[in-house]
Amino acid sequence: MTDIELKRKSIEYRMALLKYIKLANAGHTGGSLSCVDILNVLYNRVLNVTPDNFADPLRDRYVQSKGHSVEALYVVLADKGFFPISDLETLCQFQSPYVGHPTRKIKGIEQNTGALGHGLAFSAGVALAGKKDQADYRVFTLLGDGELAEGSNWESMLTAAHYGLDNLTAIVDRNKLQISGSTEDVCALENLAAKFEAFGWVVRSADGHDLPALGDILNSTPFEPGKPSVVIANTTKGKGVSFMENVTKWHHGVPSDEQYEQAMTELQARLMEVDA
Amino acid sequence: MSFQPAMEMGKANLEIFCETLIGLAQANKNVLAVTSDSRGSGKLMPFAQALPDQIVEVGIAEQNLVGVAAGLASAGKIVYAVSPGSFLTARSLEQIKNDVCYSDQPVKLIGISSGVSYGALGSTHHSIHDIAVLRAIHNCTIVVPADNLETAEAIKAAAAMTHPVFIRFGKRALPHLHQPGTPFAVGKSIQVCDGSDIAFIATGEAVVQATLAAQALEQSGVSARVISMHTIKPLDMDAVLKAAKECKAIATVEEHSVMGGLGEACAAYLIQAGVSVPFKIVGFPDEDTVTGSQLEIFNHYGICQQGLVQTALTLLKT
Ligand SMILES: Cc1ncc(C[n+]2csc(CCOP(=O)(O)OP(=O)(O)O)c2C)c(N)n1
Ligand SMILES: [Mg+2]
Repeated sequence: MTDIELKRKSIEYRMALLKYIKLANAGHTGGSLSCVDILNVLYNRVLNVTPDNFADPLRDRYVQSKGHSVEALYVVLADKGFFPISDLETLCQFQSPYVGHPTRKIKGIEQNTGALGHGLAFSAGVALAGKKDQADYRVFTLLGDGELAEGSNWESMLTAAHYGLDNLTAIVDRNKLQISGSTEDVCALENLAAKFEAFGWVVRSADGHDLPALGDILNSTPFEPGKPSVVIANTTKGKGVSFMENVTKWHHGVPSDEQYEQAMTELQARLMEVDA
Repeated sequence: MSFQPAMEMGKANLEIFCETLIGLAQANKNVLAVTSDSRGSGKLMPFAQALPDQIVEVGIAEQNLVGVAAGLASAGKIVYAVSPGSFLTARSLEQIKNDVCYSDQPVKLIGISSGVSYGALGSTHHSIHDIAVLRAIHNCTIVVPADNLETAEAIKAAAAMTHPVFIRFGKRALPHLHQPGTPFAVGKSIQVCDGSDIAFIATGEAVVQATLAAQALEQSGVSARVISMHTIKPLDMDAVLKAAKECKAIATVEEHSVMGGLGEACAAYLIQAGVSVPFKIVGFPDEDTVTGSQLEIFNHYGICQQGLVQTALTLLKT
């Protein structure tokens, strides 16, 4: 896939996820918009995961620890052919398998998440199994930055370093916001890179919206043999919709009809820019 | 009031667990024990020595223990996550609920030194809530073996299970309740002795106490049935119903709070089946648990020969 095609996908994914959030009248909008570029790069440039090989024990694994951004994951999985995107018309509706957080009921999803602070331990377990089996799959997990206040993450960071899990890569969606405001006001994380380093991880920082660069970084893991890798992806919460960017309340929020129109108009214009 | 085994003594279930797991792990290198600095308490030192590549130590981090175990299970490993029942089912309850049960990762959760095994170490170390909390979580089989045979069989059966299971036991040496070769199946209780006046439906280490009580009752002409209800979920409802129909009264006996455990499970079933029978739940009342050894605590709350004889006679008078 060319860089231009990749760029196009990011805009289309944004339009789709807004569409289904609007339809469901529910969703974690800001966080889905901040991580959808990361998912785009993972599924279109990095992971060897397809609907056909999803049962293959040697597939790469993606575990979305920040489960609330499930809308981004759903639209990317639909695009990869795991299910028809029209399925998402039932999102969050009575008896729909498309729950508001990831579940294994949906093909393509590795683990049920939604309570923050669970994905890293699970991913470390999968990575450790890979080491024991001398299987060369890689495990990627996406963490929210606010999520890092959960102590369980730091337990798992110790484990990953202890077992030298260089087949494990954590990606932090560093959008600097959580539900109540700035991560630095709620429970300061900085110096985050130094903290990961102190726990035995190799850290790279990246622009979480620079698709080709992100792809190169994620494909260069492990950053150091014998150590787990972490990419601190600097992102903008609400990215791609002007009035949502960096605005705390869009953590979860459904656009009004006018806001939805405006968002679509903005994204449509971006698509035309890319096509031009 | 010391323990007087009327039956031939066996080992601690904890030791049987380790021996059985070594056997399973030697036969299949995918069998792993995951521990949270619990290999000592879990009597897993021989396992660690024999099979160093099949023990995964995660440090004193029980949440991590269960999460990592779920990940290993998802990648095809046969995973026994071993930690004291108290910490396993409280500190890591959310991991059990989400990472294991809701996600349907077939982890074998092994609660060691459960109930009040830790005796005078106090309530921080007791797990008398574990059955209640796990009963309310969908997709968790709960097994509380009573003796060495049940423990070995439960550990072996767990290896083949494709859904989550919680197995909890204690650390004191126990008498054998069953003849070698007694059939064991998860979900199917075992009748230790038959009787028609009182039925003791007991689980775990309380089964021995119920059996001692049955022996004493027999001397005074009271016929007691003892059922080892080793699987609490799914409950062997046929055995419960049969006891209610064939005996004059039922006493449930468990090393657990009287709230939410075996007793309430049986009572709820019988009431909804429209069956009424004099009924008593013997367990730990809703109070600050008395200080003492496991058996002193048992005696204090009537989970003992004398206490259960008294319970039976009182029930049969009503
Ligand atoms: C254990 C747990 N506590 C609280 C929540 C509620 N919650 C959902 S999202 C969220 C904020 C997450 O912030 P962050 O990790 O920064 O995610 P992002 O900014 O990428 O949306 C909270 C508190 C939860 N899902 N899980
Ligand atoms: Mg954030």
